[in-house]
Amino acid sequence: MPSLGADMEAGTLVEWMIKPGDQVRRGDVVAVVETQKGAIEIETFEAGTVRELTADLGQKLPVGAPLAVILAEGEAAPEKAEDEGGEPAAAAASATAPEPKPAAAPAEPVVARPPRAPAAPPPGGVAASPAARKRAGELGVKLENLTGSGPGGAILLDDVERAGTARPAQEPAEAEKPTPAAAQKPSPMAEMRKAIAAAMSRSKREIPHFYVSQTIDLQPATAWLEATNAGREPADRLLMGALFVRAGALAAAQVPTVNGHFTENGFAHSAPVHAGVAVALRGGGLVAPALFDAQDKGLDAIMADMRDLVSRARAGRLRGSEMTKGTITISALGETGAEAMTGVIFPPQVALVGIGAPQRRPWVVDDRVVPRETVTVVLSVDHRVCDGRQAAKFLAAFDDLMQSPEAL
Amino acid sequence: MTPQEIRAAYLEELTRVAPDIDPETVADDDHLQDDLELDSMDVLNLVTALHARFGVDIPESDYPQIATPALAVAYLGKAG
Repeated sequence: MPSLGADMEAGTLVEWMIKPGDQVRRGDVVAVVETQKGAIEIETFEAGTVRELTADLGQKLPVGAPLAVILAEGEAAPEKAEDEGGEPAAAAASATAPEPKPAAAPAEPVVARPPRAPAAPPPGGVAASPAARKRAGELGVKLENLTGSGPGGAILLDDVERAGTARPAQEPAEAEKPTPAAAQKPSPMAEMRKAIAAAMSRSKREIPHFYVSQTIDLQPATAWLEATNAGREPADRLLMGALFVRAGALAAAQVPTVNGHFTENGFAHSAPVHAGVAVALRGGGLVAPALFDAQDKGLDAIMADMRDLVSRARAGRLRGSEMTKGTITISALGETGAEAMTGVIFPPQVALVGIGAPQRRPWVVDDRVVPRETVTVVLSVDHRVCDGRQAAKFLAAFDDLMQSPEAL
Repeated sequence: MTPQEIRAAYLEELTRVAPDIDPETVADDDHLQDDLELDSMDVLNLVTALHARFGVDIPESDYPQIATPALAVAYLGKAG
C-alpha cells in the first residue's frame, strides 16, 4: 500500500487491474485504492510477472503493507510464501508496495509512462470510481440514481454500498442486519476535509513559511492569448492557467531551492519540475495532482495535461504518482475574485505559487499611467530551504516569462 | 430546433462536463461560474461540446452569451 499523501495512514483496496501471470512494467496501473481524497489508481514500481495477489478486495491496509508479489525476470518464485504468514513474499520478491515515500521521489529519474488515453467523459455522464461501477453492477444499483459524495460529486464505493443496503433486500434477514459502519461512517467529503486539515496543520506546524509577492503586468499575456485563441477551435484553445503553469515551471527550473521535497534527511532538489496543479472540486475540497515534467512541455502539451488532470480529478481517477510526486504547487484563483492568495505549502514540497484573479489596475508604462490587466503572484516558501533573495528571483523570472508569452 | 430542445441539449452537455449538477435544479438565470461553480476549464469544455453539437463557432468574446441557460438558448438559436 503506497503512501498517496503526506498524512495517509491506510487505504482500502477496491479493484485489481492485474491477475497472477500478467506481465507488468514500471508505471502500469495495477489497482485502485480508495483514500480520504477519493479513488486513486496506483502504479507498480517494479517490472516482471505477477505471481500472487496477497491483499483482498475491500481490505483496509496500512501504508507499507504488501499488496502483491511481482517476480522480476529470471527471479525464482519464493518457496511457499503463503505458508509463512506475515509478509514473506515481499522479502523474497518485490512487492508492488510500498513505493518509496514521497520524500524520496524527486531525485529519481522520471519513469517513462505509457501514453495516456485522453480523458473521456464518464460513461453515461455519471462520475464514479471504478470500484463503485463494478460494485453497482454486482448489486444491480443504477449509478445515475445515486448521489455521489466523492470529489466533485463522484460516486464512491461507499455510496453504492449504502444504496445496496438501503434497497429492499432479497433476503429479509440480510436487510435486518444492522449496518453501523454505513450509518456512522463520515461522508467522503468530511474525509477529504480531514485529509486537508491534517496536511495543512502539519505544514503550518513544521514549515517556517515566508512569503514574497509581486504584481505583474498581464497585458501581454492577455493580448497574446486572445489573439491565439481567436484562430483556434474551442478544443485547441488555451487557458491563462496553462501559461501560469508553464511560467511557474520554467521559473522553478531556474531556482533550485523552490523545487523538491523536504524530509527528515533535509532538502532533496528535483531537476524535473512536477507542477502540482490545484483543482478545486465543486461542493468543497481540492486536490493538486502533479503535471509531470512541466519544464519540458510546451503550452499545448501543458494545456492537454491540465484538461486530462481536471477531468480525472472530477471523475475520481487520479494516479498515486500524481498525488505524491509534485515538486511545487501552482494554485490560481481563476478569472474573477480575490486579487491575491497567500497559500499554505503542501508537504513535503517547499513552495507554493498563489496566483490571484487578474485585475484591471492603473499601471506605469513609459512614465505614463495607463489601465492594464495585472495579476498578483505570492510565493510561499519554506525558510529551512530558501531565502528571500532566491524567492524574489523566482518571482522576477516568472514576471519576465509572462512578458513574452509567445516564447513560453 | 425549438428553444426547449436547445435548452435540453445545453443542459445535457453541461451535466456531461459537470456530472454533479442535477439538471432539474438549474434555473434559466443560473450563471455557469457564479451559481453553478464551473471553473474556466469547465467552461472551455462546455464551449467545446456546444461547438461540436451545434456546429456553432463560439469565440471567447461570446462566452458571456452562453453563461446562463436563458442566454444560451437565445444565442444558439440565433447562431443555428
